[in-house]
Amino acid sequence: MLRFLVRRTLQLIPTLGGLSILLFVWLQRLPGGPEYALLPDDATPEQREQMRRSLGLEEPIAVQYLTFLRRILQGDLGTSLQTGRPVLEEFLTRFPATFELSVTAMAIAVSVGLPLGYLAARRRGGVLDFAAVGGSLLGICTPVFFLAFVLKVVFSEGLGLFPSAFRLSPGLSRTELSGFVVLDGLRTGELDVVWDALLHLALPGVALASIPLAVIVRMTRASVLEVLDEDYVRTADAKGLHRSTVRTRHVMRNAMLPVVTSIGLLTGSLFAGAVLTESVFAFPGIGSFVYVATQTRDYPVLTGFILVIAAMYVLINLLVDISYSLLDPRVRAQ
Amino acid sequence: MSNGTPLLAVEELSVVFGGRGSDEVRAVDGVSFTLNEGKVTGLVGESGCGKSVTSLALMGLLPSRGVRIGGSAVMRLPEGETDLLRLPARRMRDLRGSQLAMIFQDPLSSLNPVVPIGVQVTEILRRHRRMGGSAAAKEAAVLLDRVGIPDPTRRLREYPHQLSGGMRQRALIAMAVACRPRVMIADEPTTALDVTIQAQILELLKELVTEEGTALLMITHDLGVVAGLCDDINVLYAGRAVESAPRGPLFAEPAHPYTIGLLGSVPRLDAPRGEPLTPIRGSVNDNIAWTDGCAFAPRCDRYAAECLEGPPPLVPAGDGHTHRCVDPAEEETE
Repeated sequence: MLRFLVRRTLQLIPTLGGLSILLFVWLQRLPGGPEYALLPDDATPEQREQMRRSLGLEEPIAVQYLTFLRRILQGDLGTSLQTGRPVLEEFLTRFPATFELSVTAMAIAVSVGLPLGYLAARRRGGVLDFAAVGGSLLGICTPVFFLAFVLKVVFSEGLGLFPSAFRLSPGLSRTELSGFVVLDGLRTGELDVVWDALLHLALPGVALASIPLAVIVRMTRASVLEVLDEDYVRTADAKGLHRSTVRTRHVMRNAMLPVVTSIGLLTGSLFAGAVLTESVFAFPGIGSFVYVATQTRDYPVLTGFILVIAAMYVLINLLVDISYSLLDPRVRAQ
Repeated sequence: MSNGTPLLAVEELSVVFGGRGSDEVRAVDGVSFTLNEGKVTGLVGESGCGKSVTSLALMGLLPSRGVRIGGSAVMRLPEGETDLLRLPARRMRDLRGSQLAMIFQDPLSSLNPVVPIGVQVTEILRRHRRMGGSAAAKEAAVLLDRVGIPDPTRRLREYPHQLSGGMRQRALIAMAVACRPRVMIADEPTTALDVTIQAQILELLKELVTEEGTALLMITHDLGVVAGLCDDINVLYAGRAVESAPRGPLFAEPAHPYTIGLLGSVPRLDAPRGEPLTPIRGSVNDNIAWTDGCAFAPRCDRYAAECLEGPPPLVPAGDGHTHRCVDPAEEETE
C-alpha cells in the first residue's frame, strides 16, 4: 500500500509539469500579448514596452518558462488588477466559502444519488426508475445558473424559506477562528451560526448539486444493474444472508467502484461550476470573484483560477486512486 | 434407494419462463426425484436440458417476475415437512445456507472479488449460527482446514484473486457446509477446474456426504463424475427425466436411446486407437414439444412413427429403474 502511494504521488510530477507548460503557452498566446492584456486599453506604448521588460518577455523562451515555474512554486500567482492584492491571498480568503459550498453540494449529490440509483436499479422499469432516469436527464440538461435563479425566485423570494444571498445573515455575531463558518460554529458551539450558515448554503448547494446528482444517479443505476447479474450476488443470496448484507457488502461495494471515479471528477468540476452559482446567490467565494474577473479581463486572477482548478483535479484524482485501491484489492496487487 | 423417508422429495417440478405476450419456454417439465441422507443423486444432461434451472428453483433463486413454478419439493426439516416451492421469501432466506446449500460452477465469479475470503465464510456463520466475530473466525479456519485448504488463517485474510481455482472451489464448499445443511446442491462444481483438481474436489464432496449424512444433488454433464459419485441418476432431456435408475443398472442396461447416446459419446481409454467417437447427432434445438411426442425423436437412431403419438409414458423397468421410451433398448446395446 505504501509503495502504491509513493509511486502514485511521484506520477504527479510529470502531470503537473505538463500542466505548467500548457498554462505558460496559454499566457504567451493571450490576445495581443500580455502587455495588452495586463494593462488598461489606454496605456501608452512606453508603458507597454516597460511592462514587456518587467515581465521578462525579452528573455529566451526557456528562461521565461523557468521564471514562470519558479514564481508558481513560490506561490506567486501575480497581482489582481481589480483589487491590487496578490491573487493567492484573494483566493485564500475566499476559498473556505467555496469549499463549504462544494462540500454541501457533493454531500447532497452523494447522499441522494447513491440510494436513488440503487432503488432505480432494483425496481427497474418501475415508476421510481422512470422518475429517477427522467429526472436525472432533466438535471443534466438544465443549466446551473437557470436552476439557481428558479430556486432563488421560488424558495427565497417567493416562499421566503431560505435567504437569497451571502453566507450569513447580516448582523449575526460570530467568533471567527477561520474562514470556515460551519466548522467554526461547531467548534465554538455557536449552533445558531451553524444553522444560519446551513440555510444560506441550502439553495446554492442544491443548484450546484444538480449535475453531479444526476450523473451519480445514472452511474449508480447502471453499475448496480450490472452487479446484480454477477454470480457472487447469487452466491450471497444462496447463503441466505439478510437482504441488507447482500445490498451493502455484495452489491454496493462492487457497484461503487466506477461511481467513485466519477464522484472524483465531478468534485473537480464543482469548483468551476461554483462560478455561476456563487454569482447568482452573491456568495462570497472564489467563484463570484472569478466571475467579476472574467468581465474585467483580470488575467492574473483567471490564470491563477485555472491553475487552482487544475491542481484540484490532480489532487482529487490522487484521492480517487487511493480510495479505489482501498475499495478494490485487485488494484493494489497490480 | 435408501431407507426411511427422503430428505427432499421433488414431484412434478415444472418451471415456465415468459408467457403473456412472449413465447413460453418450459425449461423444466415435470421432473421428479428424491434426495436421501448420505446419498448422491445425479442430474445429468447436456446444456439447456433444465438441470441448472431445477437447482435454482429448489433454492428459490429464480426471479419472481416472468417465472411460473409448478409441482412440489417437500423437504424434511426438524420442525416437520415443508414444501420449498410454497415457502415465503423470508422463510426461504432462513433455510438457504443453513438447511439447504449450493455450490456453483465458476468459483472465481461466484466469490465477491472485493471482500476477503474470511468475511465471506464468517458471514454465513454469523447469520445462521449466530456466532460472534472471534468464534466465527475460529470456526472459519476449522472449515477451511476441513475442506483441505492449507494455512487457513492466512487464507482467510486473502482475497479470491489470490487463491488458485481449486482453492476457491474449496472455499465455496466450506461456505456451503458451514452450517451442516441437510441438502446440498452442486451445480457442475468441477467444470471450471483442472482434471487433477476435479478428482480432489469430487473426493472431498463424497467424504462430506458420507460423514455428515448430507443429501447431495449433483448436477453435471460429465458421466465420469456420475460414475464415480452418484448413487442414483436422473437423465434429463429437454426439461424431462427420460431415464432414472441407480448407478449400476443405468450403466449396465441403459434403456433410453439418449442415455445410450450419452454413454457412447464418452471417449474411452480401452477403445482401439483411431476409433471414432459416436456423438449424438443434431442438437437440443431440434427438439419437438413433449406434448407432441418424444422430444428426442428427431435425433434418435431408433426413431419410429409411434414416437410421435403423444407424450411417451414413464415405463418401470424394475429395481427403481424407469424410462420414457416406447421402444427401449432390450439387452446390451453397445
